[in-house]
Amino acid sequence: MTQASWAYTDTVKEHFMNPRNILMDEDSYKEHGKGVTGNVKCGDEMIVVIKVDKEKGTIADCKWKTFGCASAIASTSVLSEMVKGMKLDDAYNLSAKDINRELGGLPDHKVHCSVLGDKALRMAINDYYVRNEMEEKVKKEEERVVCKCMNITDQEIEHAVLEGARTFYELQEMTKVGTGCGECEQEVTQLLETYKTKHFCEV
Amino acid sequence: MSPKGIYMDNNATTPIHPEVKRVMIETMDLFGNPSSLHVFGRQARQLVEEAREKVASFIGASPEEIMFAGSGSEANNTVLSAVTCQRKQCAYHQQGVNEIITSTIEHPCVLEASKCLQERGVNVLYLDVDQYGKVSLEQLRDLLTERTGLVSVMMANNEIGTIQDIKGIAEIVHERGAVFHTDAVQAVGRIPVNVRELDVDFLTLSGHKMYGPKGIGALYVKKGAPFCPLIRGGHQERGRRAGTENTLGIIGLGKAIEMRSQEIKSDEKRLLELKAALKKGIEENIPDVLFVGHPTDCLPNTLNVSFEGAEGEAIILYLDLEGIAVSTGSACATGSLDPSHVILATGLPAECAHGSIRISLGRENTMEEITYMIDTLPRVIGKIRDMSTVYRRRLQ
Ligand SMILES: Cc1ncc(COP(=O)(O)O)c(C=O)c1O
Ligand code: FES
Repeated sequence: MTQASWAYTDTVKEHFMNPRNILMDEDSYKEHGKGVTGNVKCGDEMIVVIKVDKEKGTIADCKWKTFGCASAIASTSVLSEMVKGMKLDDAYNLSAKDINRELGGLPDHKVHCSVLGDKALRMAINDYYVRNEMEEKVKKEEERVVCKCMNITDQEIEHAVLEGARTFYELQEMTKVGTGCGECEQEVTQLLETYKTKHFCEV
Repeated sequence: MSPKGIYMDNNATTPIHPEVKRVMIETMDLFGNPSSLHVFGRQARQLVEEAREKVASFIGASPEEIMFAGSGSEANNTVLSAVTCQRKQCAYHQQGVNEIITSTIEHPCVLEASKCLQERGVNVLYLDVDQYGKVSLEQLRDLLTERTGLVSVMMANNEIGTIQDIKGIAEIVHERGAVFHTDAVQAVGRIPVNVRELDVDFLTLSGHKMYGPKGIGALYVKKGAPFCPLIRGGHQERGRRAGTENTLGIIGLGKAIEMRSQEIKSDEKRLLELKAALKKGIEENIPDVLFVGHPTDCLPNTLNVSFEGAEGEAIILYLDLEGIAVSTGSACATGSLDPSHVILATGLPAECAHGSIRISLGRENTMEEITYMIDTLPRVIGKIRDMSTVYRRRLQ
């Protein structure tokens, strides 16, 4: 009998087994920016901290911690490697999709677990701007356009979820998101899950 | 044949007993339809009825009171769905039943069937459980009225192993003139169960939780209990469940039960020893753990434990990589983030529900395996806690 296939790719498995850049020395780490997201009650929480090379405007170091499942662990581990040396702007614009690609794909139902890392990273970058009197650079989460064709932002999606959308189809009905080229479907679906979890995780 | 590893997830399902396997392979060629009058049919009929007798005698019923079903889930659904029967001749209909009582910690097949009844206009009331997962007999007394037609409370819980006072519950239910069903899928074959002693009207059991085949269950229907078939269209099972019998499954279930009757006593003792060793090992080697479930009224094979600051699915997968199979109540692994409804019902915080694992032992587990588990688990929990946002907080 063949070994039953692991639901995750080898990369996910490898990062899960040997997670990189875990924040072990939290008190002495002296981060330049910090992001915390998720909620233990909903079964996941994420902390991402960064150090910034101020001359170059790049991320010099990135560490993290989580109360989360295998996908959260693996995706944040990958993310922490990807962003080192990356320009702050580029790091900010990384999407769950980019991380997912790096991981070689997650099972669909686990994708929602993987969006925590990049969200916490964006918060950490914003936090760095605030700490260094660069408030003007702080990007609001809701400013991110997710659907290029229809010009729909994540804030609008969040709003639709709050208004009762529970499926991609319902989101399309309410916002027209994803009715152009359709390329955004995966990311929108991820956002949908994130917002459902954020707002409707039953506790 | 079987994947290598240590299997400690016997509440999910159990490995087939070698004797059951032998008998099933031996009877594989028996293809006759038990309803046929010719010799092929008669042979099949005989073995089906022998199995029925074994099942009946194991739980103290008579053979006519045993109905085979396609699964434990089907047996449970059969009992619950009958409540809304609109046929004039149906006892429920005659009584004008519009209320049932169940508990908050039932298996999804009972909870979802209850929800469906609610949508069909039945009032569904839920018994709460205490911190150990026990329902309260006082609350049951309070909830029961003359409108109550059916009460369904599981005998032993699949996630935390807590065993209910079924006899006490049945007595109260009957005082009020209602009918009592218990889902004993996790109990039969693990602890002694006698339907006469307990005085239940319906009882569900399932083959694959007692080293028998999957896809076969049985429902005990007390003589005279109000019954309405879920599946119609044939005279099989005394008209209670249409469909040509799953002969091989029934024979396997019969053999599994026969083996249980021989092994249940010694198994129970051995499992209790293994579980005690495991519990002690965990307590001594891992700080900040919480055992969920009743300390004594608990299935001998089940240990549910919550590790503060460690997320359940991560624990399961790390253990899987170490060759140990256990499971979690938090359903993240199955696509939802909802924490275990059972652990939440005990009043423990959601973090506990997200961080708990269920270790359920079986007849094949050995003390060596327990030792391996005790060696492995602290490492896994330590690793997860090192990267945990929650555990960090606690240490500060
Ligand atoms: C308590 C309980 N009831 C019912 C069932 C369903 O039994 P089956 O798998 O035979 O449908 C299970 C098993 O998953 C169970 O644990
Ligand atoms: S980007 Fe949304 S439909 Fe094309």
